[in-house]
Amino acid sequence: MLKRTLLSSIVLALVLPVCAQQASAQAASGDASALEQHIKDLEERVIALEGQVRMLKSAQATPAPPPAQPPGAQAATATPEAAQPQAAPPQAPTSAQIPSPGIATSAGQLPLYGGASAAAKALNPDISVIGDFIGAAGQAPTVPLSNLQPFPSLQMHESEVGFQAIIDPYARGDFFISFGEEGVNLEEGYITFTALPAGFVAKVGKMRSAFGKVNTMHNHVLPWVDRPFVTTNLVGGEDGIDDAGVSIERILPAPKGIFLEATGQVFRGDSADVFRATTRDDVSTVAHLRGYKDLTESTNLDLGLSYARGHSAPNFTFSPLVPGFFVSDVGPDSITQLYGVDATLRWKPLRRSVYHSFIARSELIWSQRQQLPREQRSFGFYTSADYQLGRRWFLGGRFDRSDRNRFDTLTDKGGSVVLTYWPSEFSQIRGQYRFTKYAENINANELLMQIIFSLGAHGAHPF
Amino acid sequence: MQKIFARNGFLTTWIVGVVLFFFTSTAAEAKKLNVVTATTDMAALTQEVGGDKVNVESIAKGYQDPHFVEAKPSFLLKLRQADLLVVVGLQLEIGWLPPLITQSGNPRIQVGAQGYLDASQFAEILDIPTGLVTRAMGDVHPLGNPHYWLDPDNGRRIAKGIAGKLAEMDPGDSAYFQERFQDFDKRLTAAEQKWDAEMKPYHGRKVVTYHNSLPNFAKHFGLNVVGYVEPRPGIPPTPSHTIELIGLMKRENCKVIMVEPYFDLKTPNSIASQTGAKVVVYLPSVGGEKQVTTYFQLFDYDIALLTKAFQETQ
Repeated sequence: MLKRTLLSSIVLALVLPVCAQQASAQAASGDASALEQHIKDLEERVIALEGQVRMLKSAQATPAPPPAQPPGAQAATATPEAAQPQAAPPQAPTSAQIPSPGIATSAGQLPLYGGASAAAKALNPDISVIGDFIGAAGQAPTVPLSNLQPFPSLQMHESEVGFQAIIDPYARGDFFISFGEEGVNLEEGYITFTALPAGFVAKVGKMRSAFGKVNTMHNHVLPWVDRPFVTTNLVGGEDGIDDAGVSIERILPAPKGIFLEATGQVFRGDSADVFRATTRDDVSTVAHLRGYKDLTESTNLDLGLSYARGHSAPNFTFSPLVPGFFVSDVGPDSITQLYGVDATLRWKPLRRSVYHSFIARSELIWSQRQQLPREQRSFGFYTSADYQLGRRWFLGGRFDRSDRNRFDTLTDKGGSVVLTYWPSEFSQIRGQYRFTKYAENINANELLMQIIFSLGAHGAHPF
Repeated sequence: MQKIFARNGFLTTWIVGVVLFFFTSTAAEAKKLNVVTATTDMAALTQEVGGDKVNVESIAKGYQDPHFVEAKPSFLLKLRQADLLVVVGLQLEIGWLPPLITQSGNPRIQVGAQGYLDASQFAEILDIPTGLVTRAMGDVHPLGNPHYWLDPDNGRRIAKGIAGKLAEMDPGDSAYFQERFQDFDKRLTAAEQKWDAEMKPYHGRKVVTYHNSLPNFAKHFGLNVVGYVEPRPGIPPTPSHTIELIGLMKRENCKVIMVEPYFDLKTPNSIASQTGAKVVVYLPSVGGEKQVTTYFQLFDYDIALLTKAFQETQ
């Protein structure tokens, strides 16, 4: 018995410290894991707070969202898809839900010096400047009756300043001011209403019209130094149909994944040498129907039909009857109508999209210009193809043929080869050899050089 | 006459049946939120927490460079139907998404509306520039590195944020989304333990990446990114930088070059041949390969590739 008691005591004496040590170790381990969890929780809170701070900074640049619509309002205006029960009307979100990709740049980077001025700076629009320098060499005669004018030897062709911002929960604003060497021109300045019912998108202001493809494009997104002859001869060239007015567009229902979009525009009626308004009734109109289809993941086809109508812009010549006087070649009710068809085929393999791509474009344009002594019916087109050789190199060609809008029997023809180098996304160096055969049987061989460079946050242009 | 009634009765039953089926299926369909995401990773995480209460579509493909997505009109067809748009943010999509949002004619997903969600607000963001930011630094993201989803902890945070947003937009299914998130969290925690264990032997290993896409991944798994094939973000490799990089890799004994699937392998292969390194074409996004369809499979795939490369270059 004594032996058993002694043994038990020895065992107890040995076991107790071990148990105590284990308990102590367990307690310590428990404390450590609790501490670890606590640190992890704190870390999560810091990350969440950092995110909120980022979003608050962005929110300073974004106006408050619209108030919740009354339940009936949505039903009254919703498209079928918007009528789904889950498609709740915009409600007041938390500030953390109001980031702005475009404005966030300025919101994140602006030095905020405190107070009201800081908030005011955060609300500044995205500002960008794009420089377009052109040099030209070679034989380039000036042909009196031609719209195709030669480039000077060296020219700071354009400096386009852009201001872009979200105005309020319902609209955004875009301004593009073009500074030439001798003057300033508001290239575009419009408000886009993005929250209209039934899927409509409206623009009000001065804008490049939706006639065809090239007319909508700013100089710096063209794949050539110049614009195609048909654009210059029939659609007003660089300025193009660019006027103050109202535009409304909507995606139309279409089968089989086809994207169909209709655009209707009404302008004051003053566009370069195409349209001219002498009274308030002389508005011009533009209609465009666009169809687009992804043929494969990498290839797509874009087709467009365009129509434009306005009062003919006059051309003044010396009067043959009264010396020293000018006479116009159009009457007060002379109308010019333009019809256009455009097609673009794009190929861009997604896995190698930064290295290779191919774009083929063509536009066919018919012009009916009422003028004295008879209506001029002109036609022109261009066809171009551009292949991306590598990440930085692009090679392209273009064929031009176009009658002149005031002389439908005079046809200019030409062709170009273009090589473009992109040092980065923000600059381009381009060389273009251009051959022109004027209707007067005069030939021109020119080498055009262009450097385009971009400063600041210039928003992406529509596809 | 009886035949006509019988036939009419059959016809009526058939029509009623079809109508009922149509309405019930429409109602079931209408219960679902239409979610469009900028990238496949956001789509995968949305699908995890949204389950069968959401229809999710991504604009960019997983094997596509998310900086350079073409703003194709066909995307507008998706966006105009969307109840919720989930973006990566931090200017990753600045070159293509803003015009799509504007043109969509969908007020629900405009910036600032309830259906616009920037997932970066939930994540730990690295590489936030502190000093002067200029384009001399390349195509740098002034708000921080946007490739943040490549950290499982960020994946958890994003999923939680998306679940919260889905619950806010569809309060009736709030419990469902929370339950889905809890389940995702549990599975992610288990997977994370496995990934951490697999990567633990290679903690501190030096790697070079083509683009700066991996700061969050490297931080989570303890990798040391010593250089980039690009001399600056978005600037293609130059001969002088490549020579410098070869020297750096030799000095640092760096034996792995990680390349995104959309970049050319010519320069990485050339560097590898001169340094004895191995080129690993990892996937930065779900869907980069056909078999990688979930957020979990993305890490499984990349970690398997990396551990194999580390073993081969011991």
